[in-house]
Amino acid sequence: MRRILRQREWVIDHWRYPGEPASQTDDLVVPLAELHAQPGQSLRRGGKLGVRLTPADDPEQLRADLPRLSLVAVEFPNFSDGRGFTQATVLRRLGFAGEVRAVGAGVKRDLLLLMARCGCDAFDLAEGEDPQSALQALGRYSVAYQKAEPLPAVERVRFGA
Amino acid sequence: MYRYDALDQAFLEQRVAEFRDQTRRFLAGSLSEEEFKALRLRNGLYIQRHAPMLRIAIPYGLLSTRQLRALAAITRRYDRGIGHVTTRQNLQLNWPQLPEVPDILAELAEVQMHAIQTSGNCVRNVTSDHLAGVAPDEIEDPRPYCELIRQWATLHPEFTYLPRKFKIAVSGSSADRALIQAHDIGLRIRDNAGGPLGFEVWVGGGLGRQPILAQRVREFLPAEELFAYLEAVLRVYNRLGRRDNIHKARIKILVKTLGIERMRELIEQEWRSGREHSPRLSPEQLARVRAHFEPPPYETRPDIDPTRGREAPFLAWYRYNTRAHRVSGYRAVFVSLKAHGRNPGDITAGQMEAVADLAEELSFGEVRTTHDQNLVLADVPQTELYRLWLRLRELELATANIGTLTDMIACPGLDFCSLANAGTLSVARAIQARFDDLDYLYDLGPIELKMSGCMNACGHHHIGHIGILGVDKHGEEWYQITLGGAGSGRAALGEVIGPSVPQAQVAATLERIVEVYRDERADGEYFIDTVRRIGIEPFKERVYATDLAAA
Repeated sequence: MRRILRQREWVIDHWRYPGEPASQTDDLVVPLAELHAQPGQSLRRGGKLGVRLTPADDPEQLRADLPRLSLVAVEFPNFSDGRGFTQATVLRRLGFAGEVRAVGAGVKRDLLLLMARCGCDAFDLAEGEDPQSALQALGRYSVAYQKAEPLPAVERVRFGA
Repeated sequence: MYRYDALDQAFLEQRVAEFRDQTRRFLAGSLSEEEFKALRLRNGLYIQRHAPMLRIAIPYGLLSTRQLRALAAITRRYDRGIGHVTTRQNLQLNWPQLPEVPDILAELAEVQMHAIQTSGNCVRNVTSDHLAGVAPDEIEDPRPYCELIRQWATLHPEFTYLPRKFKIAVSGSSADRALIQAHDIGLRIRDNAGGPLGFEVWVGGGLGRQPILAQRVREFLPAEELFAYLEAVLRVYNRLGRRDNIHKARIKILVKTLGIERMRELIEQEWRSGREHSPRLSPEQLARVRAHFEPPPYETRPDIDPTRGREAPFLAWYRYNTRAHRVSGYRAVFVSLKAHGRNPGDITAGQMEAVADLAEELSFGEVRTTHDQNLVLADVPQTELYRLWLRLRELELATANIGTLTDMIACPGLDFCSLANAGTLSVARAIQARFDDLDYLYDLGPIELKMSGCMNACGHHHIGHIGILGVDKHGEEWYQITLGGAGSGRAALGEVIGPSVPQAQVAATLERIVEVYRDERADGEYFIDTVRRIGIEPFKERVYATDLAAA
């Protein structure tokens, strides 16, 4: 049973990832290619639908799909490939209000706050990463220089904007 | 200069605490080498040949005397009493111990300093004109914008894990002393016929193994759009920049591959889509930061001739190491870190403290670092210049060679850096020894000599009038020489004159090169202009005509 950090809670995750066994009513994450290959079929499922982007995918391609998606998984494969930060930012800019979930071996405490500030609200922590430390890391800073939910932005505090 | 408020200070202390924890986890074995590397680099820490190297940020090269004294104390306590000013206006320590680095950062934080984003694939320290605020040709002081960019870039959630490093420079004058075309983004403040100021934006410059000069991507960007446009550029780069090959990952390669037209389209498109989500630079925000850069309380002083009745060495120092000031009665002074017999850019803790004293006494308590590895006291009364010269001379900081051949730039090279192929410091010594006669140097006039110990080009060799690049040839240190490069004015990349030469012959080769210039120059013609006029052939012929004796 997979647990993830969602909205700062350590919760059981009911989503099925690509390759995991899933029934018609399970909430299912599919790769972008599959989503675009079978648009109608995916819609007929009983469970909720999510998509997993690879770092090379352009989130703009999801523009038309967003209304039927409940989750977009963004991949952080390590501590160097930061394309996921832009993907998450663009997804939120497109108005996506569902779950943006950080997945991959780079989802560790040291990067979580940056992910959160780009719009990720769920974290499938990398193997061996402990949720308590992850939560602490999310609370490490009290301000940020950029528009920075969940933190207050420096400029907003300065100017009350 | 910019003074932190409680928010800046809180952020910085939280950053230090975070890195302390990360260092502890690494030393305890719970953070991998690879992951710690990404984290430590973004805190300025490299692992080098002998020891770690800590690169301390000096935002746009500006220091208070309190900060300079703190750097002296840190250098003495945690290093070997010597710091190295870099070509990006930072200060490097070559001998810190890893477990002590969090303590160093904590001490820096006490004086509003840090090492954030001085390395790693992120937006680096923003650099600028070392004569900002005092240059007579200035349109507008670039430093408030630099500070605003510094804050915007600091731990930017989207742009801290880029394909490769990202360097931004801002110039506010008609003469470009910030080398904007050698940067990933170069911003040039533009007058707007009385309207609000804005920027000319250049993109895709960078040296390294494939040197490319930046191209102009936008003629005029209104200042309030600064962050939105920077975010558009960075977003295009973060998405499309190559990550499969470290040597092709800079934005210059993306610009080269796509072409500037296509790059401009992508940026403008991204700017239009994203601007309402990006921060705008508000007048309040700009005014708040600008207030930190108000001119110091200058006194009303007439211009005088400080050289009247003084000895020749002072006259030479005045001519070479001081510059005109926009306020009458004042002068900007270069503190030369290029004494012959010393490593270019090195400064001892004692010298730092002495310069801090002098700055307090004579230059409103501020000191600047320059990209050519010197210091500047920007606001010295002309009446005090002689006294200042006497003091600097005692400190071995008055070598009257600014702008001449021995005011050379050199990276630390093989003696310290694990990337280097060849030494730079011993070559620098040999050049200083061969060109030790100041009158000869003065006769040669302004020459920019820049030397790198490897093709990563920290010494900016491509844009030196004379460039020297250390190469490894079957385990021996050899040097390739380029001519005709320039970083400002008509920016250009140097051309290789021919086969590399062994270490012992570099200084003698330079002598042959400058002798060609002496023979060929028109009346009053500078070295770079002669090179441009006659091309590299005559130099090549002379250099390789006969065997060189070892220096």
